[in-house]
Amino acid sequence: MIARILAIAGTEFRIALRNRWVLTATLIMVLFALALTFAGSAPTGVLGVDMLTIAVASMTTLSVYLAPLLALMISFDCIAGEAERGSLALILSYPVSRAEVLLGKFVAHLAALAIAMSIGFGAAGIVTALLGGAGSESLIALLRLVLTSILLGAVFLLIGYALSSLSGSSTSAAGLSAGAWLVFVVLYDLGLLGAIVLDNGGVFTQRIFPWLMTANPADAFRLWNIGAADGVAMAAGLSGAASALPGWAAPVSLLIWLPLGFILARLTFGRVEP
Amino acid sequence: MRDEALRIEGVGKLRGTQAVLSDVSLVVHPGERVALLGHNGAGKSTLMKIVLGLLPATSGTVAVTGAAPGTVEARRATAYLPEAVAFHKSLTGREQLALFARLSGVAVNVVGALLDRVGLSDAADRRIGTYSKGMRQRLGMAQVLLGRPMVALLDEPTSGLDPASRHELYAIIDELAAGGTAVLIASHALTEVEARTERIAIMKAGRLVADDTLARLSERAGLPTRIRVTATGDQADHVAETLGGTRVNGRTVDLLCQSNGKIERVKRIIALGDAVTDFDISPPRLEDLYRHYSSETPQ
Repeated sequence: MIARILAIAGTEFRIALRNRWVLTATLIMVLFALALTFAGSAPTGVLGVDMLTIAVASMTTLSVYLAPLLALMISFDCIAGEAERGSLALILSYPVSRAEVLLGKFVAHLAALAIAMSIGFGAAGIVTALLGGAGSESLIALLRLVLTSILLGAVFLLIGYALSSLSGSSTSAAGLSAGAWLVFVVLYDLGLLGAIVLDNGGVFTQRIFPWLMTANPADAFRLWNIGAADGVAMAAGLSGAASALPGWAAPVSLLIWLPLGFILARLTFGRVEP
Repeated sequence: MRDEALRIEGVGKLRGTQAVLSDVSLVVHPGERVALLGHNGAGKSTLMKIVLGLLPATSGTVAVTGAAPGTVEARRATAYLPEAVAFHKSLTGREQLALFARLSGVAVNVVGALLDRVGLSDAADRRIGTYSKGMRQRLGMAQVLLGRPMVALLDEPTSGLDPASRHELYAIIDELAAGGTAVLIASHALTEVEARTERIAIMKAGRLVADDTLARLSERAGLPTRIRVTATGDQADHVAETLGGTRVNGRTVDLLCQSNGKIERVKRIIALGDAVTDFDISPPRLEDLYRHYSSETPQ
């Protein structure tokens, strides 16, 4: 089983390298991370935290948008496109299970994402540390940012496979993925915001809202990074929402999304007739 | 009873309320080459996908060397060439084939020899994106040869290929069958499967309307054999009158007869002596048979 997963993973990773996906994603990450680091470096003195802390706060906000986007970009085509080209039927005629095919692709795509995230955030971290200094706490925050970004990307890879399995063609898979990104990253928060305004500080805002927010993997990622470091929370100005919940809520939500996403992807992939 | 590599029994498939396949039964023995003919949409590809376990059958049973389709045992025993397969264009032929070898648990070092066998050794390390249609099809054939399958399902293996490539492809298929593989070839290239298969199965609208050797199919269809006689000089009218044929042009006369009346006709042609310079006998073509069986309404 491991041999077959690795065979598929090796092939998929080679494809990601050859069609310059890894290079493009890494460049995007490096550019955005560096740009945000410099743009966000102004208020250092006001808040009294080191420059890397500010940079991590800015990059957290960036990653909420970029990690799901990159993950969906690499995953949306990989079931629907192969089914369309006929190569899925061929591979499934071999003694390999659908779970193995899915895991192989996942391992390869996760490795590609991890490379882009580590290099992008790492480069920004090094530049900031050299320019403005970095404490041990802010270094840990950076490390946490890299690891949770990879985790967030992993969840959206699995969501991408599920959407790819649901759609009959790669065109409709692209549409579905764009929609999913919009819902998870933008519309969900807007909806919650609207509900808070209507609720006017009642039970919903006090009790239900923080949990609903954590249930979304993108928000769980944000809360995890902000809740774990006071300096980052201060810099992000979001300490209210983070402190309303126990510290384990956001990490648990993001971690639960992994098996949940895999089950979702496996079930939808099982219904694909190649 | 001989061993059966593939047994399809009463298989039906519904899509919604529409029957794509109904009551299809077919047996293929080891080393046998069977052509599966039919129009687009007759159900050939669907039948293959059911045998591969990619689609569930609504009714009936399939056994691949005794195993149910989709089981590891059945998938190990089967090789498949999809219609117009597209491999990933940024992989090389060698890498693509190595992946399939790993998936089927075959030693990766057979890849070189297989690429050599299908004539791709020069292109082995080039990306598949640079391959011609014929080369991609040969790569597809190379993966069929992996691991010596018991059953090979080839969906339109020669569509879009030039005559030389077709010939090579059939040589490989013959080799497979000679090694004991049961080969099922879906095709609409009638003339080429004619000489390359032992048995012909014809599908029409999801049903199997014929399944027999070419000779017996033509006998059952009762299609006429055509004898074309070339007459000497101005003898064409005389020849046509005596033999009861129709004049095609100034020198040629066509006669139609049942296959058991052939010898009698030939004797009469010979008896005409110098009035005839040449004659050709053409038995009913597969095209005629195909037309006959695929227009026949099944009882």
